[in-house]
Amino acid sequence: MAILTIRDALNQALREELIRDENVFIMGEEVAEYDGAYKVTRGLWKEFGDKRVVDAPITELGFAGLGVGAAMAGLRPVIEFMTWNFSILAADQIINHAAKMLYMSGGEFNIPIVFRGPNGSAYQVSSQHSQALEAMYANFPGLKVVMPSNAADAKGLLKSAIRDDNPVIFMEQERMYGMKSEVPEDEDFTIPLGVADVKREGTDCTIVARSMTVPMALDAAAKIQEEFDVSVEVVDPRTIKPLDIDTIVNSVKKTNRLVVVEESHAFASVGAEISHQIMENAFDYLDAPVKRISTAETPMPYAKNLEALALPSVDKIVDAVKEVCYL
Amino acid sequence: MPKLSPTMEEGQISRWVKNEGDSFDANETLAEVDTDKATMEMTALAGGTLLKILKGAGETAALGEAIAITGQKGEDISSLLASLTSAPAKVSAPAAEAPVTAPVQTSAPAAAAAKTQAAPTVATQSGSPSNGRMIVSPIAARMAAENNLDLKAISGSGPNGRIIKRDIETALAGGGSSSAKAASFTASTVVGASAYREEPTSQMRRVIANRLAESIGPVPTFYLTREIEMDNVLALRKAINASLSDDEKVSVNDILVKAVAMALQKHPFVNASYQDRAIRFYEQADIGVAVAIDEGLITPVVRGANLKGFVEIGAEIRSLAARARDKKLQPEEYTGATFSISNLGMFGIKEFTAIINPPEAGILAVGAATPTPVVRDGQIVVRSIMNITMSCDHRVIDGATGAKFLDTLTKMIEQPAMMLA
Repeated sequence: MAILTIRDALNQALREELIRDENVFIMGEEVAEYDGAYKVTRGLWKEFGDKRVVDAPITELGFAGLGVGAAMAGLRPVIEFMTWNFSILAADQIINHAAKMLYMSGGEFNIPIVFRGPNGSAYQVSSQHSQALEAMYANFPGLKVVMPSNAADAKGLLKSAIRDDNPVIFMEQERMYGMKSEVPEDEDFTIPLGVADVKREGTDCTIVARSMTVPMALDAAAKIQEEFDVSVEVVDPRTIKPLDIDTIVNSVKKTNRLVVVEESHAFASVGAEISHQIMENAFDYLDAPVKRISTAETPMPYAKNLEALALPSVDKIVDAVKEVCYL
Repeated sequence: MPKLSPTMEEGQISRWVKNEGDSFDANETLAEVDTDKATMEMTALAGGTLLKILKGAGETAALGEAIAITGQKGEDISSLLASLTSAPAKVSAPAAEAPVTAPVQTSAPAAAAAKTQAAPTVATQSGSPSNGRMIVSPIAARMAAENNLDLKAISGSGPNGRIIKRDIETALAGGGSSSAKAASFTASTVVGASAYREEPTSQMRRVIANRLAESIGPVPTFYLTREIEMDNVLALRKAINASLSDDEKVSVNDILVKAVAMALQKHPFVNASYQDRAIRFYEQADIGVAVAIDEGLITPVVRGANLKGFVEIGAEIRSLAARARDKKLQPEEYTGATFSISNLGMFGIKEFTAIINPPEAGILAVGAATPTPVVRDGQIVVRSIMNITMSCDHRVIDGATGAKFLDTLTKMIEQPAMMLA
């Protein structure tokens, strides 16, 4: 196994899939000659040329629409948004066209497209560039939503997303591009969509985290084990939709306590959905109300100290676990 | 609201003697308060200024509830006021918060006095934080059920006394079997305390228990007993029955129901019900007649017995009693009596007391009519004597009221023609 950054693992996945299937192509702002705004597509334009790696003008709705059209014609586009904040401009193509085409064409046109890019906060990029939009996209039938939290998951899930015959929303995290972990070198290594991963086993409390909050949850779990001798299990759904609720339910049945940590805002969030499904499926196993840690109900502040206060943190997670464990 | 009588639970401000802004010395009268007993003067525990009246004249406050704020002139009470108005139901206020009592003292010298007054209130509040409702986490409830644990024997360590998984584990681990585990009974092999068997409580037994506990607890009851000479009414019954077919014949009890109903019409305070804030007087006499059935007892109701004849009452009671034994009674047929009669004469009981069925104000316990030597006009003669005892809800019926009712009833039975008078 190789130790790779998430950035390089994503790059490997793209490269391998470009080689594997000539219908795969990449399109987005600065993805070609500039190697990508966050260097995820580094070297790919040089290796595969203009037809496979395409620089688009700053027209999110336009190139998202080109992608949907290309997918209808049989290609497998990977559309990069410089960040998911800009996808809001292309929401009509994503929600009204990519998500609906198979249904509204009576099964004539499936849309094997991946929309990908960084989601959530970065480093002081303020209100308009720090949003976590997974709940919005997960709300619409027809879209799969994937959020990896380490390099191996990033690679295995992106390859599965590209091979999937339906639209996939693939959400990375800018703060995480440099995080390193072991990645299998096998070219056919994939991780199926819709399968959660238990990132740490425990017996006393379950934390469900995704994307950037997974490493936080793991830090918090270690801290709690050391300070309070309480054993915390960390479950990473990896795919938000379809959600592997069974793994979460089984974990809660074992631990009787649940904390959900997310970078999005709380209202109508994925955490709210998980809380509800736990109430439906594991009510009799709960020892405490489900606790959520979300980003504060405010547009993201620019100030560094306020940004840190608004976001989930290891300390906030520790406090939440203590609360549900009555410590 | 301070405790101004040993039994008061709330007080009504009769009037404020001091107005907002007035200063006062210790022991000066601040207000007059109507308690359950009398109008009492509420005096200051220490000198100060009446900063804010929270309960005006005519308003009622529970013991310990804030009625005014006192302190130094010009003192800022806005935060105290906010905390009082934001948490009007102080029962859930954590004991750790500054005790708020009446009169609230914001100045330091009087704080000690205020504190000691508040203590009892706070203590009773923390005793039942969840308003008597048991709070149990779902997994704790499930574990308790699976392990046959009695949750009532377990104290919860979670917020608001919530019983959580840890408490169940403690109960299970700590040999909790002796305290919390429901006992399993086996017949004793040595002579000692009697062995017994248990059967699940029936719905009816539970209702009886609840109703009677409700009665003997909060209903202040007293008892009045009279002897009634039954000879005339027995003769009347004989005369009536002589012209009736067998299935129409009336019993002494039927006549008694009618007599009670007629007497109630003359004594509205007995045909009444104590409600929380009012006394309800009933226009007609709906008489509940206690009927023993296999599982317990039930009191079917003869509606408007004052309007019905003996035969009609008799037929109705027979029908109700038969359907009661078959458990065919509709709820409206055994609820909502205005007064009840319990007759154990047929079991040879000479005299007993019955328990009031709330919200009725009284119940008449009727014993057996037995030939008894009595003195009439200086001569010892034998008369058929029946003892009746009325249980009275003192919240509605006072001793004399009850005695007068029994006097009327006695006259109606001893001289049945009085029923028509």
